[in-house]
Formats: sequence, structure tokens, C-alpha cells
Amino acid sequence: MSSKILEIKDVKREFIMGTETVRALKGVSFDVNAGEFVTIMGSSGSGKTTLLNMLGCLDKPTEGTYMLDNVNVKELSKDELAKLRNTKIGFVFQAYNLLPRTTALENVELPLLYNPLISSQERRDRAIAALQAVKLDGRFDHTPNQLSGGQQQRVAIARALVNEPVMILADEATGNLDTRTSYEIMSLMQELNGNGKTIVFVTHEPDIAGFSTRTVMLRDGKVQKDTQNENRRSAKEALASLPETDDY
Amino acid sequence: MKTAALQKRHWHHCRKQTIIKKIDMKIINLILLAIKALQRNKLRALLTMLGIIIGVASVITMMSIGEGSKQSINNSLSSMGSNMITIMPQSNEPGGARIMGSSFKTLTIKDVEALKKNAPHIAMISPLASSSGQSINAGANWPTTIQGVSPEYLEIRKLSVKDGIIFSDQDVKSSAKVCLLGKTVVDNLFPGGESPLGKVIRFGKIPLQVIGVLTPKGTSNFGQDQDDIIIAPYTTIQKRVLSSIYFSQIYASATKEDDSDAAVDEATVALKATHKIREGQENDFQIRTQAELMTMLNSTSSMMTALLTAVASISLVIGGIGIMNIMYVSVTERTREIGLRMSIGARGIDILLQFLIEAVMISVTGGVIGVVLGISAAIIIPAMLNWPTVISESSIVISFLVCAVTGIFFGYYPAMKASGLDPIEALRYE
Repeated sequence: MSSKILEIKDVKREFIMGTETVRALKGVSFDVNAGEFVTIMGSSGSGKTTLLNMLGCLDKPTEGTYMLDNVNVKELSKDELAKLRNTKIGFVFQAYNLLPRTTALENVELPLLYNPLISSQERRDRAIAALQAVKLDGRFDHTPNQLSGGQQQRVAIARALVNEPVMILADEATGNLDTRTSYEIMSLMQELNGNGKTIVFVTHEPDIAGFSTRTVMLRDGKVQKDTQNENRRSAKEALASLPETDDY
Repeated sequence: MKTAALQKRHWHHCRKQTIIKKIDMKIINLILLAIKALQRNKLRALLTMLGIIIGVASVITMMSIGEGSKQSINNSLSSMGSNMITIMPQSNEPGGARIMGSSFKTLTIKDVEALKKNAPHIAMISPLASSSGQSINAGANWPTTIQGVSPEYLEIRKLSVKDGIIFSDQDVKSSAKVCLLGKTVVDNLFPGGESPLGKVIRFGKIPLQVIGVLTPKGTSNFGQDQDDIIIAPYTTIQKRVLSSIYFSQIYASATKEDDSDAAVDEATVALKATHKIREGQENDFQIRTQAELMTMLNSTSSMMTALLTAVASISLVIGGIGIMNIMYVSVTERTREIGLRMSIGARGIDILLQFLIEAVMISVTGGVIGVVLGISAAIIIPAMLNWPTVISESSIVISFLVCAVTGIFFGYYPAMKASGLDPIEALRYE
């Protein structure tokens, strides 16, 4: 049985810029079921970022309904939205957004700091488990500037996992990485998805979209195409098929 | 729809249950967070604290100097006798040049007798006729002041005799040529260290036999050497030195300190009668109590303390503005961090408290360092400059509270700015 994690029904978002009204989303509808790996694609100006902010509960729709794990986001106050972000969503950003001069472990602990129900011991245990899940054993005490881009992104993914969210929301998570590292990250994502995590991945690279189970294509504030990926690629195999690392 | 509403209600329920626990945990977390944030910028935090450190330290130092001088004034005044009353002559001629009180000739032995008879609240009384001149013993000589008094004078002024005896009432009656010497006079007239008792010295041309030596009193608060005196019967001074029947002052003591005012009133009535002062006419004498003098001197010293403290407080305010400045910089610098924290679940209040606690940590740490420095200064100053200081607990508590309030006040606006940021914009801030 597949339960619905996201239900988006006729969502519209308008911004008022001076005297003009900019309509970024003009009625978007789609659902995401538990265990899906959805990529949202679209060129710039397609409303991708606006939709992402909405999905991440950083913004609310002007019209339409957005249900996240059966909670109607539109009805919530600012503080309730913050709590929702804290417990149900794991963010992964393009620029990693790790705290500088702060160890990997502390960075991963961060979301749990805002959850008062979690003791400091549990916080630590869960952060260690999350870092182990992204294969960063032995780098707990490294600060971001002691880690490579790929490693930093894995710390960020661990941070997204640590609060056991219903959905991981990635925003161009491979945008700053080279092909090999991108594939490594996608391989990790596929593994997490294989373990039952629901992933919504915003990207503009068709190559990356090929790793997901479904692609939602946005254009001009509307869903242009919503397709299941028939021949989904394995990131692990793609990684293996890359030419050997150049030694120079 | 129904399930959503149910879930929301359940959620609210949970929130209520955990609200107490939530606050406790959050505050500890936030304090740890603030310590970490300050550790990342140690030098900057220290420089920001500097204003507060200097402010608090100087407030405490100034107040302890002020308190110290106040106490030493009080001590020296009460060592002169806290129930002492002084009567001085003064001009009652309206207009004309006002001159030194003691040069008026209005007080005589009749006044002393009238006071003895008509002022029951006066316990002891002694006139004072004084003269300056050269004291001589063999080859040594010394310029000093001779005070002609009655035997009660020593008790009124809290003086005592170390060696020898006090002259008697009989000596007063017979204008006996006897005297008591202060330590400074002894040291100068008997440089060899031999006992002056029984020796005859001269004051000007008058030979006086030394019958006693006074216990040293040291330097007064006003820098006067209280041991540089010779004491003799007032009759001796009036007849043999001054050839005058007038006194420059009359010293008296009230039966109790609380009786001072009653004694003053009685003395005023008695002197008005002997001096035949009519109703509406100005008195030709002036009566002062030690309590009055104490209040007067204290008010001066209080004013100085208030002034110094005000100046020191300004640096506390400047320190506060320094904190505000740095907190604004810090908020701008950490805009992305704020965006991130919000996106992973920090509420506005969490961000507000984070920055507010950071500001308070700066000011309170600065305050603690300032208190330590202020106390050290208050301990070192008496040793270095010979100024008396008294560390008052109130100054420590007040300045510490002020700096905590400063932290909250000046940290609030930057913290409000941080908590009001839009997470979407903050996350993308370059």
C-alpha cells in the first residue's frame, strides 16, 4: 500500500511586486507517495524555486491546498511551520549550508537541537548513526573546510536524515559537484530511497533525473509533464562505467 | 480533512505537555550555542567586552573611593567627639567687610558661666584662647600653637594624656605656668629623646613647666597635624600671653549625641541673654554641632562620588552601544546561518533568544571581568596612592545588574532583526 506523503491540489502562488502581480505558480497539482524518488525539473523561471519553497514549508500557497503527511500547511502559523520543517522535512541545499568552524557531528546534531523532546545523549547517538549512514565514519570532528565538496554534501545529507523526516527535499544538491561526486551522491540517494525514504529532488540536469523513479516537468508555472521513469539508471553502475580517475 | 484536524489537535496537546521541559532544555542549549559562537570569535568578543569591562571596573572603583573618603571623614569627625558643640563669635553688623569669626571679641568667661548654669544639656564646657608663637627649649625651638583651655577640653576633644597629668582647676584659678605637649612639639624640642616631664620650656617669653605629654592623634583628614599643639590653662594664656579677656571659641559637649539640638537651643537662649541680643537682631555668635559638620562634609563627598560615577556610567553605555554594533555585524554576517537554522526548524523566538543570549553573555562576562578589576583596583589604590577605599556590595550588585540590562537592551534590536528575517531570502543571501 502506498500512502500519500504530498498532496498538491491546484496550488497557485502570486507575488505582488509594486503594482504588478507576478504569478509564479498557476495551478500545480500532483501527489507523491511514500517511497517515491521524484525529480522536479524545469528551466529557470518555470516556478521551480517557488514550488520548492512551498514544498519545504518555507512559503505558503496563495490558493489551493498543500497537504504534507496529512497536515494542511496553509492553516499553520509560522511557529507551527517551523516545527513541521523540523520533524517532517530534511533539507539538502546546493551550497551545503553547513555551519563554518563547526564539526561535522555538531552540524548533523543541529536539527535535533530544536526538538526539545530529544536528550543530548540521544542527539549525539542519532547524529553518529546518520553520519555512518552516509559513510563518513571517522570524520566526526572535521570542520567543513577540512572536507571535500562531496563529503560536505554527505554531511548535509546526514543532517537531513537525522530527524527521520518523511521526505528529503534536495535543491540542486549536485549542482556544485563534479560528475563523479554527483554520481556518488546520487548513489547514496538511491540507497536511501531503496531503504524506503521518500525523496523530492529539484534539478535542471536531465542526466540526474534519470536516476529517479519519476520526473515532474514544470514550465511557466504549470506541470508540463509527469512521467514514470521506465528505464531508471543505477547510479552505482553509472559510477563504475565512468573512466578511471585521471592520475596527473 | 478530518484526520488532519485530529492530528493538529493532538499536536497542540503534546505542545502543552512539554512546554516546561521545552523551555528548560532550550535555554541550556542556547547558552551552549552562545558560548560556542563567542569562542569562534574570541578576540572580537573580548574587544566588544572591553567597553563593559572598563565601565563596570571604573564604576566600582569610583564608588569605593567615594565610600572610602566618606567613611574616613566620618571616622575622624567622630574621633573628635560626635556630641561636640562649637561656639564661635561672629559679626552682627549688617554690611561691611566680613572677617574671620575668631577675630571678633564677643565671647568671655561670663558666657561660659551662663552656659554652665542655664544649659542643662551641656555636660562639659571649655573656653579656648589660642595664640601662635615660638616654643623654645634650650637650643631647640619650634613654631606652634598654644591653646588655653580648661581641663574638660581634653575629654570634649577626645584627647588623652600619655605621660604625666592634666592641670587642675586650681591651676586654672592661679594661672599656673604649666603645659601639656603634643608629640610633634616634644619631638622638636627634645630631639635627644629625653623625657620632657618636669622640664621648663618657654612659649615666647613665658616659661611653662611640662606636666604631661598628649597621646598622638596623627594627621587629621584635612591634612592638619593634630599633635602640633601645646595645651595650657586658659587663664595663663589670657593673662600672660594674650592680655585679653576674650575667647576665640567655646567648646562644649552635649550630654548625649541626640541632645545636641536641645543643647544648641539652650546655649542660643543663654548667650542671647548675656549678649543682650534683641528680638530680630542678628546673633553675634554662631553655634555648630559636629553632626552638622558631618552632614556638610558628607554631602560634598557624596556629590563628588555621584559625579565620578556618572562619568563612569557613560562608558558603560558606550560599551552597550559597542555590543549593539557587533551584534548587528554578527547578524548580517550570519544571515545564511540564520536561514539554515530556520529551514531546519528554528522558530523566530529561538533565533531571537540565540542572539539575545549571545549579547547578554558578552555583557555579563565583561561585567564579571569588570567587577574583578574594579575590586582589584579598590584594593591596590590604598596601597599605591594612600587613598582610603571601601568596596561597597551595592556598587557591585548595581553595576552588574546594569550591565546585564545593557546586554538585553542593546542586544534586543539586533536579535529582533535576526528573528524577523525571511528564511527564503536568508538562505540565498550572498
